[in-house]
Amino acid sequence: MSTVKKTKGTGKKPVKAPKASVAAAVKADKATSGGIAGENQGVENNGQSSGVRRRDFIHIATVSFAGVGAAAVAMPLVSQMSASADVLALASIEVDVAAIQPGQSIKTSWRKQPVFIRNLTAAEVEEANKVDVGGLRDPQTLAERTKPGKENWLITLGVCTHLGCVPLGAAAGEVKGEYGGYFCPCHGSHYDTAARIRKGPAPTNLVVPEFAFISDTVVKIG
Amino acid sequence: MSFPWAQEYKPQGAVSKWVDERLPLPRLVYNAVGAGYPVPRNLNYFWNFGVLAGVALVIQIITGVILAMHYYASVDGAFNSVEHIMRDVNSGWFIRYAHMNGASFFFIVVYIHIFRGLFYGSYKAPREMIWLLGVTIFLLMMATAFMGYVLPWGQMSFWGAQVITGFFSAIPVVGEPLRQWLLGGFAPDQAALNRFFSLHYLMPFVIAGVIILHIWALHIPGSSNPTGVSVKGEQDTVPFHPYYTAKDGFGLGIFLIFFVAVTFFAPNMLGHPDNYIPANPLSTPAHIVPEWYFLPFYAILKAFTVDFSIPFTGIVIIEAKLMGVLAMFGSILLLFFLPWLDTSPVRSGHYRPLFRKFFWFGLIPCIVLLTYCGGKPPYTQWVILSQIAAAYYFIHFLIILPIVSRIERPLPLPNSITEAVTGKPLETAAA
Repeated sequence: MSTVKKTKGTGKKPVKAPKASVAAAVKADKATSGGIAGENQGVENNGQSSGVRRRDFIHIATVSFAGVGAAAVAMPLVSQMSASADVLALASIEVDVAAIQPGQSIKTSWRKQPVFIRNLTAAEVEEANKVDVGGLRDPQTLAERTKPGKENWLITLGVCTHLGCVPLGAAAGEVKGEYGGYFCPCHGSHYDTAARIRKGPAPTNLVVPEFAFISDTVVKIG
Repeated sequence: MSFPWAQEYKPQGAVSKWVDERLPLPRLVYNAVGAGYPVPRNLNYFWNFGVLAGVALVIQIITGVILAMHYYASVDGAFNSVEHIMRDVNSGWFIRYAHMNGASFFFIVVYIHIFRGLFYGSYKAPREMIWLLGVTIFLLMMATAFMGYVLPWGQMSFWGAQVITGFFSAIPVVGEPLRQWLLGGFAPDQAALNRFFSLHYLMPFVIAGVIILHIWALHIPGSSNPTGVSVKGEQDTVPFHPYYTAKDGFGLGIFLIFFVAVTFFAPNMLGHPDNYIPANPLSTPAHIVPEWYFLPFYAILKAFTVDFSIPFTGIVIIEAKLMGVLAMFGSILLLFFLPWLDTSPVRSGHYRPLFRKFFWFGLIPCIVLLTYCGGKPPYTQWVILSQIAAAYYFIHFLIILPIVSRIERPLPLPNSITEAVTGKPLETAAA
């Protein structure tokens, strides 16, 4: 506000100028309104800040009010895009895994996304544990990705962390990739037997959803 | 704007006069694409493709609005409604094949249009704004085409939606929430399909709006021409109508012959057979490929397989996934800076011997190679070829072009368009 000069309530446009050109502004001001009272006197003069007219307040208040209103209206317009209540309400699922033999895996669906439930063989568990975790792109041990005492049950989303394809390797006869776990055919990501990313463009391991064994053979996902 | 010698609109008859005084729309058309728009006399057939792109958009809008009368945007009904259009709706097969191939032909035409701009330097001053608007139209077209491809809800539709929205999840921190916001769920589903349909219907009209700005910006300096020499006098131009309405009309005839030939005799040639399998969220097709017109960009995306990290420390600066996505978008956004990367004052490639060599033996083979690799599975040899081609693409625009512009010695330019055409100087060439 310090750069705005008072124009003595004549209703004329206040002359705005940066501090560096005060002299020029003073000159211009004199020319238009016949002199000014002084640079910083406006505030004490009549309770208004210098050069600010009552109409300016109305302008700012009006535009601000309209702006806040527009922003308020924009909020539902934006939030309607987010997942709706029925999508979010998809319940957790319970899966009976009794029939899955070691080396087998099944695909199921949770929140419209595929889930792989894999019963690892002893050899696969051993292979996963042999890996030097420090050298991985997304360092995690098999134990961190499974439940204690149930290290052979590898439960992950069947969604490649690259761009969301379903990796191969869960169904019988599918390619398991160079590391014996999963292979994403879209852009060539290879996952190992703990579904950790080992090669290819995917940034992280296959996601392990929240899950718990509610009995020896039934697992609850979500 | 126009050249001072542009013909003026003179309304014939009382009704025309009455309209012209109240809403000078006929005047606007006359000055935009009629006898009131003087155009360089030496345009070749590459200058047809702007008009052809406009026709392609009109074909898409007409067929699209009709398809929307029969289409049903639901995950259970979309695929069947497309089959219903193909089998049951009277002439539905024709409308749908025309729309499907119309998209491909729209891109063919636009790619030739862009090629014209790149070779003849149409992006240079004073036509930068036309170029910027053109790149914007191209981006809008890509978004529209992508969303349209999702609508039949076949396997490629679904997995294309999964992969393309997956691009956004590469963005750090906000990526995954952003993706879920765009999809309205955790994976492509009813919410995504419905909003894609809504936006696919809206976007062509947005494109039409930007096209109006594109043409408005074009009419300020007027059309460029194959010599790249600016218009200097009346002899350099002819009125758009009848000269170029006739030439564009001829080009349009040829275009339509190709278009109907493919639509009637090979309607699925440019599509992917997997999209005739209903979407299955639990099974990814063995090999996801986008429509052919996205292949070069898809190849760039796939070319990044290794994280960008500080050597020997293992500290990752940018993940491979984000790099691929950034490079893919960057390859298009780069074009926005083209007018300032190519600083040579000579527009046309005809008079730029060094530029021409890099253009024909560098850029064009590089884009052909990217298109080819984009359609291939991610095996090592294709990835390496994509990496080489993607590297060249960026080097061409960011390094080669600025250097060539500085060191190149252009060939002598003709003094005027008229001289280039008739061999006689502008002043004496009069009639």
